[in-house]
Amino acid sequence: MRKIWWKIICVILLFYTFTAGFLINVPHIGNLYETIRNLFFHVPMWFAQLSLLTISLVYSILYLRKPQQQYDLYALTFAKTGNVFGILGLLTGMVWANYTWGAPWNNDPKQLGAAIALLIYLAYFVLRNSMTDIDKRGRVAAVYNIFAYFIYVPMIMVLPRLTESLHPGGQGEKGNPGLNGADLDPTMRLVFWPAILGWILLGIWITTLLLRAEIWQEKKLSTQ
Amino acid sequence: MKKKHPVIALIQKDLLLEIRQQSTFYGILLYVASTIFVLYLAMGSPEEKVWNGLFWMIQLFICVNAVAKSFLQESRGRMLYFYSVAGARDFIISKLVFNLALMLLMSLVSMILFQLLLGNPITNPLFFIGFVCLGGGSLSLVFTFLAAIAARAQQHAALMAILGFPLIIPQIMLLMRISNIAFSDVVQGGLWQMVGLLAALDILVIALAIILFPFLWKD
Repeated sequence: MRKIWWKIICVILLFYTFTAGFLINVPHIGNLYETIRNLFFHVPMWFAQLSLLTISLVYSILYLRKPQQQYDLYALTFAKTGNVFGILGLLTGMVWANYTWGAPWNNDPKQLGAAIALLIYLAYFVLRNSMTDIDKRGRVAAVYNIFAYFIYVPMIMVLPRLTESLHPGGQGEKGNPGLNGADLDPTMRLVFWPAILGWILLGIWITTLLLRAEIWQEKKLSTQ
Repeated sequence: MKKKHPVIALIQKDLLLEIRQQSTFYGILLYVASTIFVLYLAMGSPEEKVWNGLFWMIQLFICVNAVAKSFLQESRGRMLYFYSVAGARDFIISKLVFNLALMLLMSLVSMILFQLLLGNPITNPLFFIGFVCLGGGSLSLVFTFLAAIAARAQQHAALMAILGFPLIIPQIMLLMRISNIAFSDVVQGGLWQMVGLLAALDILVIALAIILFPFLWKD
């Protein structure tokens, strides 16, 4: 966990995202104009959120297989940062939507999916807080985390296909849960994929810092 | 005497309890009737889309109420007893089956009441009955498992609603979409695909419940 190379990669990639993302020539599609640059910030938030939630799921499964306190803490912390990235994704999306669709909230199926994800994980935190017994809390929370994840992921695959979406690639039945790859200009791709990796790494980095802070705090409490 | 399978024995036990303590059963039935009656007083006979939306929302609330008690009524000692004689998997399967049957009954009752009180915009009754059974079943499966989680956290219906409402959205959306078909004469394309999707979600929920439940009740 203390290895440094991936942190350097993260910094370089994000530095690249912030410079190249604002400097490269972007195609003008529809009424997007220069706002298309938000693609390098808004979309990676969702990649980061889903990656962090997936890591949280893995730790929940590990906890059920082998109940160790640290797995529970990892699952909780990854879910927390995942949710923060979800909120950031929602906010960056709302700013973007305000300029291109006319309003920050459009009842778009992907916006709804994002809001549902927030509700699910807020419910996860409420569920955790409603129990005091550490052992039971870990087990019940892990079970809910796994259950919720396996319903949430099919949902974000299904929802965009049910209703018309304003997002690219969102024409009803043909709607795509992710993004429409054909819309991406080759030069934008050069920034887009590194940006995704950079943001995911940043999410993991923040989580490890949070984890270290929390473990340190617990140690301090137990030695007092 | 041939020994019964534990799942069947547990379902029989639930049925017997329901017959002996009829207050809970009639309680839910009355809940169904009075909610729909209040709805009738408030709405009269709404148009098709509203009718459909209201119907599924009411199903959701009926389901929370019908299923919530299924784990809360078992005391700790009795749970331990079931655990020793039957095992966790048999227990959750019996609960899933029992709640499925209960919810099917309640869904059909509420459908009849809806048609009596709020008008009958359905042109394709056979389709609609099928969707109601499918929908009631899907709702009961998800909420049975959430009731198990909520019971474990010693919480009641409120926590179940918090946990369940975000998770039930895909099913509810799909159900509203497909049951819209029952209001028109033409069968739209993509119907069987959506029905298949719902069935797949149900199977997923059952599988998750069977895999995860033993962890929930281990002490």
